[in-house]
Amino acid sequence: MKTGLIPDIAYALMTARLRQTLVAAAGVTFSITMFVALLGFMNGLNTLLDDLILNRSPHVRLYNDIKPSPVQPISMATAYKDDYHFISSVKPGAVRKELYNSGAILSALKADTRVAGVSPKVTAQVFYNIGPIDMTGVINGIDVENEQRLFFFANYVTSGRASDLEDVSNSVILGKGAADKMLANIGDIIQVTSITGDPLSLKVVGIFQSGIAELDKVQSYASIRTTQKILGKTNNYLTELQIKLHDMSTAPSVAKEYADLFRCDSEDIQTANAQFETGSSVRSLISYAVGITLLIVSGFGIYNILNMMIYEKMDTIAILKATGFSGSDVKLIFLVIALSIGFFGGLAGLIFGYILSLIIDNIPFVTAALPTIHTYPIDYNLKYYIIAAIFSLVTTYLAGYFPARKASKTDPVNIIRGK
Amino acid sequence: MDSNIVLKAQAIEKYFTDPEPFKVLDNVSFEILKGEFTSIVGKSGCGKSTLLYILSTMDTDYSGQLWIGGEDMKIKSEKELAAVRNEHIGFVFQFHYLLNEFSVLKNVILPGLKLQKLSPKDLEEKAMLHLKQLGIDSLAPKMAYKLSGGEKQRVAIARALINDPLIIMGDEPTGNLDHKNSEIVFDIFEQLSKEYGQSLLIVTHDDEFAARTGKTIIMEDGRIVQKN
Ligand SMILES: Nc1ncnc2c1ncn2[C@@H]1O[C@H](COP(=O)(O)OP(=O)(O)OP(=O)(O)O)[C@@H](O)[C@H]1O
Ligand SMILES: [Mg+2]
Repeated sequence: MKTGLIPDIAYALMTARLRQTLVAAAGVTFSITMFVALLGFMNGLNTLLDDLILNRSPHVRLYNDIKPSPVQPISMATAYKDDYHFISSVKPGAVRKELYNSGAILSALKADTRVAGVSPKVTAQVFYNIGPIDMTGVINGIDVENEQRLFFFANYVTSGRASDLEDVSNSVILGKGAADKMLANIGDIIQVTSITGDPLSLKVVGIFQSGIAELDKVQSYASIRTTQKILGKTNNYLTELQIKLHDMSTAPSVAKEYADLFRCDSEDIQTANAQFETGSSVRSLISYAVGITLLIVSGFGIYNILNMMIYEKMDTIAILKATGFSGSDVKLIFLVIALSIGFFGGLAGLIFGYILSLIIDNIPFVTAALPTIHTYPIDYNLKYYIIAAIFSLVTTYLAGYFPARKASKTDPVNIIRGK
Repeated sequence: MDSNIVLKAQAIEKYFTDPEPFKVLDNVSFEILKGEFTSIVGKSGCGKSTLLYILSTMDTDYSGQLWIGGEDMKIKSEKELAAVRNEHIGFVFQFHYLLNEFSVLKNVILPGLKLQKLSPKDLEEKAMLHLKQLGIDSLAPKMAYKLSGGEKQRVAIARALINDPLIIMGDEPTGNLDHKNSEIVFDIFEQLSKEYGQSLLIVTHDDEFAARTGKTIIMEDGRIVQKN
C-alpha cells in the first residue's frame, strides 16, 4: 500500500510539470539513442575491418623459415665447450622451404581436439609472363574446400567460380590487380614461370579481390596439384599448414607447442596482427567515451530540472512533512521521479537506438576494397543495450540523489513561516 | 501520567541566534486535557507560532520537555516524529496549504494513506463523511487549487481529522478569512470539541474568537502571563 503511495505522489508531481519532465526524459532518450547507435556502428566497423584480416588469417601457421641453424658446429665441439664463440657472417645452409613430414603432421593435427580445421598450402614464387615483360607474383596452391570452410575463400572471388580450381586442370584465379595488368579475363590463358621450373600455361577461371590492393597485384590462387606442377615437385610437397583453432586466444601457446613438437616454425595470429587489435580497442574506447559523455550531459539536465522542481515544490514538501511524511519518504519521492525519467527515457532511447541502427544498416556503402559489403555494418550486440540501460539508470539516480537529499532536508517550519 | 492529558509542555525554552541571540520562548509550561478547546493569544512577535511549531514536533531545536499522548518527544528520531505528526496531530495552517497536484478528496485522505490503518476505500468513505459535515462534500472531485480560501480551510480541517488525531493545532486558521468564513471555521472547531471531544490548540489574533474557547493562554515576550 505504502509502496504505491510514493510512486503515486511522484507521478502527480511529474504530471504537474509534464513539459519539464518530458524535456528531461528526451535528454536521456537522445543520449541513449546515440550511445547505442554509435557503439553498434563503431563496433560493426571494427568487426568488419578485423574480419578483413582475421577471418582470412589462420590462427596458427606452420612453415619452414629460411634461417641459419641456431646451433653452429663449433658449439658441438666438446673441446671448446667452456669458451666463448665469436662467429660472424653466418649464412643459412641449403634449406628447403618444404615442410618435412607434412603427411604425419596433418594426421596428428586432425586428431587434436583443439583444432577446428587445417588447410594445407603450397606457395610458389612465379613470374607472370606478359609479352616481353615478366612480373613477379605469388601463386598460392590451396585446397579449395578447406580454404572455403576455414577462410571463406569464395567470398572474395568476385567473378568466376572458386570450385573450378579443382574441376578445371591447370587453372588459376588471378588477383584483381594482377588480372588488370595482364588484361586477362575469365577463359584467357596466361603463362607463368617458376624460379626453378619450366613455363606453364594456366587457364583463368576467376578473379579474386581481397580488399587489400597491394596483395591483389601479386597474389593468385591455384589448386595444390597445379602449384606443385609449377614448381616441378611431387604431390606430397607442402610449404605451409594453416590451422584454425576452436579458441583463438590459445593460439600463441599452441603455436609454440607445435613448433617444438613438429620441429618447424610457427606463427600465431596475435603476433602476426597485433596492430589490428590495438586499432580496434582504441576505436571502441573512443566510442564508449563519447557515449558516456552524452549520458553525463543528460544527467546534468536531469539534475537541473529536479533542482528546479524541488524549488517550485517547496510548499508541497512542507505539507507532506507536516502531515507525517518523513525525510526519507520525501527523498524517495524525488528519487522515484529521477529513476522514472531515467527508465522511460532510457527505454525509449534503446528503441530509437535500435531503429537508428537499422537505418544505418540500410545505407548503401559500396567500396571496391570490400566486395562483400553493400551497406554500413552494424553490430547488434546486446551488450551495448545492457550497458546503456544500466548507465541511464545510474546517471539518473546520481542526478536525482542530490536534489532528493536536499528536498528531504528542507525544514518545513522555514517554508510555512516564510509565507 | 494522567491518561487525560493529551499534551504536556514543561519549561520549554528556545533561542534564536539570528541576527543576535535572543530568547523567543522562556519557561513555557502548560497542559491540554482531552476534549479541551484552548486558544493562545498575544502580541505579534511574542512567539506564538514558534511555540506551535515546537509543539507540533516540526521544530526540534529547543530545550525543555514535551509529551504528546504520554510519550516523550525529546527522545524520538526524525522518522518517529513524522509518524507522531501523521497519527496524532492534525495541523491547520493560516494559509491554506493543500497539495495542488491532487483532488480535494485525495488531499484529505493522503495522511490516512500514509498511516495505512484503513483501506483506501474506507478512508474515502470517512473523508466524504467529514466533508459532508463541513458542507463541502460536493467539492470532493475538484482539484485543490480551484477552491476558494474558505473552502480550502475547511478541506484542511477535514485532512487534519482523517486519522482521528489526539489534538488539532492551528496557527491563525481564520486569520486569512473574512468574517463569515471565520464564523464557519470557528463553529466547526466548537462542534468538534463539544460533540466529539476533540482537543484543539489554536493560535489566534482574534480576541472575540479566544473569548469563546474553553481556555485561553496569553503570551507576552515568550512567556505565558495568564491561563484561564
Ligand atoms: N528563524 C528565525 N530567526 C530569527 N528570529 C526569528 C526566526 N523566526 C522568528 N523569529 C523571531 O521570533 C519572534 C517570534 O516569532 P513568532 O513567529 O513566533 O511570533 P508570533 O507570535 O507568531 O507573531 P505573529 O502573531 O505576528 O504571527 C519574532 O520576533 C520573530 O522575529
Ligand atoms: Mg505567528
